[in-house]
Amino acid sequence: MLQIPMNTDPDFAMAGGRLAERDLLIEVDDLRTHFFGGAGSIRAVDGVSFSIPRGKTVCVVGESGSGKSITGRSILNQVPRGGRIVSGAIRYRPDPAAPAIDLASLDPRGRDMRAIRGAQIGLISQEPMAALSPVHTIGNQMMEVIRLHLKMGKKEAREHAIETLALVGIPRPAERMDSYAFQFSGGMRQRVCIALALACRPKLLIADEPTTALDVTTQANILDLLGSLQAEFGLSVLFVTHDLGVVAEIADEVVVMYVGRVVEAGDVDTIFHAPAHPYTKALLQSVPRMHGQPTERLAIIEGMVPSRFARPQGCSFHPRCKQARAGLCDQRDPQSVGIGDGHVVSCLLYEGGQ
Amino acid sequence: MAGFIIRRLLYMIPMMFAISVVTFIIIQLPPGDFLTAMTARLASQSETIDPGVIAGLRERYGLDQPWAVQYWKWISGILLRGDFGQSFDWNKPVSELIWARMSLTMVVSVTTLLFVWAVAFPIGIYSAVRQYSVGDYFATFFGFLGLAIPNFLLALVLMFVSAQYLGQSVGGLFSPLYINAAWSWAKLGDLISHMWIPVIVLGTGATAALIRIMRANLLDELNKPYVDMARARGLSEIRLLLKYPVRVALNPFVSTVGWVLPHLVSGSVVVSIVLSLPITGPLLLNALFAQDMYLAGTFILLMSMLTLIGTLISDLLLAWLDPRIRNG
Repeated sequence: MLQIPMNTDPDFAMAGGRLAERDLLIEVDDLRTHFFGGAGSIRAVDGVSFSIPRGKTVCVVGESGSGKSITGRSILNQVPRGGRIVSGAIRYRPDPAAPAIDLASLDPRGRDMRAIRGAQIGLISQEPMAALSPVHTIGNQMMEVIRLHLKMGKKEAREHAIETLALVGIPRPAERMDSYAFQFSGGMRQRVCIALALACRPKLLIADEPTTALDVTTQANILDLLGSLQAEFGLSVLFVTHDLGVVAEIADEVVVMYVGRVVEAGDVDTIFHAPAHPYTKALLQSVPRMHGQPTERLAIIEGMVPSRFARPQGCSFHPRCKQARAGLCDQRDPQSVGIGDGHVVSCLLYEGGQ
Repeated sequence: MAGFIIRRLLYMIPMMFAISVVTFIIIQLPPGDFLTAMTARLASQSETIDPGVIAGLRERYGLDQPWAVQYWKWISGILLRGDFGQSFDWNKPVSELIWARMSLTMVVSVTTLLFVWAVAFPIGIYSAVRQYSVGDYFATFFGFLGLAIPNFLLALVLMFVSAQYLGQSVGGLFSPLYINAAWSWAKLGDLISHMWIPVIVLGTGATAALIRIMRANLLDELNKPYVDMARARGLSEIRLLLKYPVRVALNPFVSTVGWVLPHLVSGSVVVSIVLSLPITGPLLLNALFAQDMYLAGTFILLMSMLTLIGTLISDLLLAWLDPRIRNG
């Protein structure tokens, strides 16, 4: 990897010392997505910044409730009922030469946003069983999205749909066009979902735990498929998962989230071999090791993810953190600091030049 | 699909047989028969009738034979000669009495069903999509009101409104001018102008129920992942709504035809007496009072037939709508 000289500009340090001319498809900047309900508002995404380089895979990892899925949905500007993006920017640059579009500023139901959804940004989810209409054929749903965005005639759209189904490895795609979702196995359904998401050849695929509901063999097949499609189309992938094994296999860059915030981000080698944040370290230690002793107990992270309504003061992780320092971590909110080549950590231990 | 229809039609044969037997037994259950009921009625008017005459009549009608023999005479007449027997009370063949009323009953029921659908469908969708909005509360309030108001009361109020403010003749399905007239466009127009009261009265309860059903079904579907995924493909909200969740929520809606149809037919007795509608309800009630067994039996048999047909129609619609049923 190219070594870049350390930059002393504070703004540059905030962004993790990234090269300004890096070709970024998406830049998420201080994104806040909150949910409003009877019991008060929940800050599901609370000031998240990261970026997705063109043609690369960025993995967002975190426990349940870390806000990783909502971050993915926010990029589509399609937050579940009750929630909305309250501030921040999502700069989307489909053409490197043209000015960026701020997705967060578009009307979630408006024409501009709808023209991007499905056409330029595709989504696959963790529930391939429920993600397809139970009463429409695969062909019906494929042709619908193709004709909506690509302005093709019926015949042309059908051929394009069959071609896409073949691409994702559906056997006898022309026949399967008339099949219904319940006539496919789980793995095949996820392939159909991928075909639907990629039918219009988008620039970004948001994959929200796409392999969680699948068995390990199918999971490996789907990951291989995503890898080959990415190489073929120059696709960027935002992969949301809690499975560190999957991350190690596919990620170029990793964003670690905890209770709505990014605690650490960096390239995959750095995160796995030189993690900086105590939370990332603890996460990695809780994964079983191939050459560990059979009698060895797995490390656990003490305590629970804090309630969304009662976020602890100071660093959200301090009640569970072994390195927490009383009087500091329970008082001050940590800021993101760049500590190396694209490596950002949000921890008070690293503030003030440690 | 053809196999499905044929199978369903074949199932109907033993079902109809069972219904006809049960119908006949139920009609025979009250002590006595038409002649004892008649004797009692005459006695209450201080008239007497010669027991010999009664015995002669009983023998002539076969009322002294066991029920199985009577059942066989009745059912074989229907199957072999299309003869539904004789109405003792009216002293006419049953078939002469029922067809006009059965067909008007069907007209009223089907119109009511269409009315119920036309009203419940959009309001149900609105109530679900705008859950807890003012409009939803409004629809819910009037829905429960519609369920709670007894039909006969609503009938009386609407009759009053119609007579007092709209100047229509009260009750019935026709103006006096047209009751015995042959069918013509004018008579049809007259029927339509009289139809709205029974349609509203009979339809309110079912409409309110179907609004609740549609709302609940759609609320279940609206947050399903397939809706979210379709939205993520860039579909507009209205197109999305009508194509995916409404389509799936339609299944239980359609299957209600099976129960709404017989409910409309049998639930209309009180209303049709209040509104003096020339449909089956009042005639059936009288036949049951008088123990006019062939007339009552035929009515119940035909209504059961309607129920079976209604269920069949709703099953066929379901199979047509939902591939999981069709192929499953």
